[in-house]
Amino acid sequence: MKSVADNSPIIETRDLNVYYGPTCVISGVDMEVETHKITAIIGPSGSGKSTLLRCFNRMNDLIPSFHMTGSVLFAGRDLYDAGVDPTEIRYQIGMVFQRPNPFPKSIFDNVAFGPRVNGFRGDMNALVEDSIRRAALWDEVKDRLKESALSLSGGQQQRLCIARALAVQPQIILMDEPCSALDPISTLAIEELMRELSNDYSIVIVTHNMQQAARVSDYTAFLNPGEDKTSELIEFDETRQIFTNPKDERTEAYITGRFG
Amino acid sequence: MADVVRGQFDRRVNRRRLYGQIFHALCLISILIGLGMLALLLVDIFLDGWRRVNWEFLTSFPSRKPEQAGIQAALFGSIYVIALAGALAFTLGVAAAIYLEEYASRNWVAKVIQINIANLAGVPSIVYGILGLEIFVRYLALGKSVLAGSFTLALLVLPIVIIASEEAIRAVPPSIREGGYALGATRWQTIWRLVLPQAFPGILTGVILAVSRAIGETAPLIVMGALTFVPFTPDGPMSRFTVLPIQIFNWVSRPQEGFHEAAAAGIIVLLVVLLSMNALAVLLRNRFQRRLEG
Ligand SMILES: Nc1ncnc2c1ncn2[C@@H]1O[C@H](COP(=O)(O)OP(=O)(O)O)[C@@H](O)[C@H]1O
Ligand SMILES: [Mg+2]
Repeated sequence: MKSVADNSPIIETRDLNVYYGPTCVISGVDMEVETHKITAIIGPSGSGKSTLLRCFNRMNDLIPSFHMTGSVLFAGRDLYDAGVDPTEIRYQIGMVFQRPNPFPKSIFDNVAFGPRVNGFRGDMNALVEDSIRRAALWDEVKDRLKESALSLSGGQQQRLCIARALAVQPQIILMDEPCSALDPISTLAIEELMRELSNDYSIVIVTHNMQQAARVSDYTAFLNPGEDKTSELIEFDETRQIFTNPKDERTEAYITGRFG
Repeated sequence: MADVVRGQFDRRVNRRRLYGQIFHALCLISILIGLGMLALLLVDIFLDGWRRVNWEFLTSFPSRKPEQAGIQAALFGSIYVIALAGALAFTLGVAAAIYLEEYASRNWVAKVIQINIANLAGVPSIVYGILGLEIFVRYLALGKSVLAGSFTLALLVLPIVIIASEEAIRAVPPSIREGGYALGATRWQTIWRLVLPQAFPGILTGVILAVSRAIGETAPLIVMGALTFVPFTPDGPMSRFTVLPIQIFNWVSRPQEGFHEAAAAGIIVLLVVLLSMNALAVLLRNRFQRRLEG
């Protein structure tokens, strides 16, 4: 699966600036996502965390007013090069959304959807089972794969969405506040799952919950809007460093809650 | 002090309950008026016509003698025209709705188109008849055929189908589309495998409405040149034809009592066709909905 050596970053941004229409929402972001590590993006509401994350799989292309300058390298290749077809890169870069969004289909068909649209030829049953197992959901759903995914609880739905993303065998998984709609027990389950998955996948997680970032991530990026509402990457470092010994006073203010 | 306040609350609850009961009664009366009129109509027609609804009536052609007049030509004409028009309006309508909702960019051109589709839905049906006569019958030289008739009716109901389909497509949450795209689905795959299945029950509701309207239409087909006296079953898309409402209209306007009975019988047949088409569509829709919700 790995196409990149373990020690080189899987995603790099270079002087990334993002605009919605004329408004610049994030500017000058240079960061890396290390292979097989968990990178957290933290920052206050509206600081552009989701926007930054959605640059990593060109999800922002769906927003007409969006445009950007700079570059996003995925495994060394510029995602925004003229020759790159977004649908072609998205299956390599899985995404899990803030609200669980299972399709109104059976549990099995949810997981099989990605492989099917990507022309998977092989043992679909095995692939679906393997994906659901990796998402730590198998024991709960193995007897009801034909039931509607909407009959699952919120936490189960979110793990199903993770299984669905894993089924197309991505190298990296982007998660946009995956626990914000979940109860504490489901949150814990997802956090454990993330640690487990980081053995095989690179993970980027957006979270507004600083304890969560501290608990699960290896690296942390802190985004913060300046006077002009344009956000900058204030600090990017190992999570331990950010939470014990931040270099920037704005980071310190934010993580200790003395903010704004 | 507290007691006084509580007393006021109690009185208001009673009054509110009274208002609620009045409202309830008003709603009940409204529905009873509607149902009553419908029942009256049905009973009246049934009493007039039930004696004539039999196999002979269904399998006979119109006749100058009222007791021998039958409905076969009109029944088949209606079924052919409606089936073709429904299929056509469904295909074109859904495709147009997909284009407007999923492909067209949201600019003023799209807005103008949207507003005009809503306007088209309100254009009197006779105007469509004139259009059908000019374009299908004369310009495309289809003649006064089943095909020309179903094209005309398809045009007539197309706006209804488009509007209903657009609403159904719009009701599919964006998060579903995002989920599809994030897995590497193309736009086409996302529309075909995620959006349309979820929008389908709503689309079908629109088609039911459209077909129900089309099946009762008389004016546009008369303008277009459908026949009123057809002693044969249409044998293909280019055949000349008549439809149930035209046949009924024709019988009603005769002086003989026997034709009035035939007209009532024809109305019963029309209602049965209409209700069974609707029932079929509702059945389909419910099945589909259950499959989605699991
Ligand atoms: N589709 C959009 N069009 C215009 N502005 C947007 C859009 N999405 C987000 N924004 C703006 O961009 C900024 C960053 O939003 P977002 O990335 O959602 O922040 P976060 O995820 O950190 O809460 C906000 O000011 C928001 O209002
Ligand atoms: Mg966000």
